[in-house]
Amino acid sequence: MTEPGAAIDTPIVFNCALDRPGFTLDAAFTVGPGLTALFGPSGCGKSTIVRLIAGLERPRSGQILLRGQTVADVANGIFVPPHRRRVSVVFQDAHLFPHLTVERNLVYGRDLVPMDQHFASHDDVISVLGIDHLRTRYPATLSGGERQRVAIGRAILAAPRLLVMDEPLSSLDTLRKLEILPFIETVRDRFNVPILYVTHAIAEVVRLASRVVRLENGRVTGTGLPAEMLGHGAGRAGLSRFALTSLLTGRIARYDEAYAITVIDHPAGEIIVPGRVVPGLAGVVRMAVPAASVTLATGHVIGRVIGHVMEHRAGASSGPSTKPSRDMEARISIQTRLNGEIAAIERDLDGPFARVAVTLAGGETLQASLTRRAIDALSLRPGDQVCALVKAVAIDESGVSGHAGV
Amino acid sequence: MLQFTAEEWVAIRLSLQVAAVATVASLPLAILAAWLLARGRFRGRTLLDALVHLPLVLPPVVTGYALLILFGRKGPVGAFFEANFGLVFSFRWTGAALACAVMGFPLMVRAIRLAIEGIDRRLEEAASTLGASPWWVFVTVTLPLALPGLIAGAVLCFAKALGEFGATITFVSNIPGETQTIPSAIYSYTQTPGGDAGAVRLAIVAVLISLAALIVSELLARRAVRGQHYGAA
Repeated sequence: MTEPGAAIDTPIVFNCALDRPGFTLDAAFTVGPGLTALFGPSGCGKSTIVRLIAGLERPRSGQILLRGQTVADVANGIFVPPHRRRVSVVFQDAHLFPHLTVERNLVYGRDLVPMDQHFASHDDVISVLGIDHLRTRYPATLSGGERQRVAIGRAILAAPRLLVMDEPLSSLDTLRKLEILPFIETVRDRFNVPILYVTHAIAEVVRLASRVVRLENGRVTGTGLPAEMLGHGAGRAGLSRFALTSLLTGRIARYDEAYAITVIDHPAGEIIVPGRVVPGLAGVVRMAVPAASVTLATGHVIGRVIGHVMEHRAGASSGPSTKPSRDMEARISIQTRLNGEIAAIERDLDGPFARVAVTLAGGETLQASLTRRAIDALSLRPGDQVCALVKAVAIDESGVSGHAGV
Repeated sequence: MLQFTAEEWVAIRLSLQVAAVATVASLPLAILAAWLLARGRFRGRTLLDALVHLPLVLPPVVTGYALLILFGRKGPVGAFFEANFGLVFSFRWTGAALACAVMGFPLMVRAIRLAIEGIDRRLEEAASTLGASPWWVFVTVTLPLALPGLIAGAVLCFAKALGEFGATITFVSNIPGETQTIPSAIYSYTQTPGGDAGAVRLAIVAVLISLAALIVSELLARRAVRGQHYGAA
């Protein structure tokens, strides 16, 4: 499989300003090949950017280059209308044509593009999205997930030069999200089309994106790899403590069918993920760990509370080796226990919270959100050895690459 | 009881013909006006809106008189049509159709406009991002989705045309076999001693035709709506 979109011009060079009552968008970024996430809280201007790129809105100033072609340039009076841009948009609510069958919806855009421009065959798209059995039905009879799959197929068959997905999952419930995500992964890997994926869900960024453009209040506040954009510095950039997230990568050790969990091997210890995870192309699994669900335990506490775990773990000798007392029978339910060293502690000036960056064995960084009080109670300092406890149920399986649903 | 005279049959046939021609001929113009009023952002939109609705509030006699002045053989528009297309309106059934079309126009535009305004614009936007030109979006998305409104508007216009009296009689008079429709025939009967039976016969016919039109439109609209429930789609 070739690198998606490796041999084409930069899909999008965006630099536009637009005014709306009580809101100003002034953003500049580029979108490369593969899947780029446009990430930010709701109301930050993501959808406005989508409309500008699709040609549904005119900028106040600035320009947009689409694969090297200027499609909007206010200074030079250039504005290419939507139907000549070939930017297919998958909207939040599929927007299928209610008076046409699924099949007629699918071919609506295909028939408007010259044959030699097509890059995905009708049969391919239908089999990748698993919608063959829906073709004679009307949109009103489809479930939300089915509609969204048809909308994705319709967008790809229109042979777009850029595929935009505007919060395609946000109107679906968790089960439906898990149903669609594998299809989006396949579309990303199978068809040679750059994708701009708009979302406010960290899990989707983690699972799908190779690059992230972070947007807040109509401005771009960062561009880079998902791990950089979601982790370090995210707290300072105004994201809430619930949004602070770390990315960990590991390999699948086994699927425990009896408990319906997947065990992931990580250099710092085993990570338990709910549900079944199918290994991706390289066998590597990427998952998001919310900082608010990470508990830190120091050597002393480990010795008393989870000492028996430390004994089972080869090479773990940080706990005291005194004979078990009655306290050692106290046990903790968290199964994911990762060894690491505190790299940095960042405290609120007078607020309640602090953020601790832990360098795990193997080199990855795990963020933990704690109260300042907890930091002082444990006298945590950079350089301390800690055990990071992660509740498996706090890991959003929709954000685990290759997750096949439950 | 329903034994019609030859003259009555002519009036019935003429009524249907006038109403059908009035409806079909004004439909394209009504769609255009409805689309401009629903989607257009231009100067003079309010004026267009007022003009379209004027026949609804004017006394029909005034509308008929205005038509006589404009579309009569010596009128500016009437002379133009006669010179260029050989089409004469005054005291012909074509004039009756024109009067009916003008009177039914606001009702038709109103129904179609409401239908177009009810269409989710995001469907039209989705079509345009898939490569459809504005005209193609209109033909493949807007019009089919507005079809129930189109049918409703056409039926309203047809029914209005069947009942039109004031403007028609002012513009093209009441000539049996040429411009005498059911309403003007009923009017003639009521002006004639012993004409009651004829008036009742024609009144029954008017009721039956109107009922049939409503039922047919309901069936058509139901078929048009099938498979295109909006809901969460």
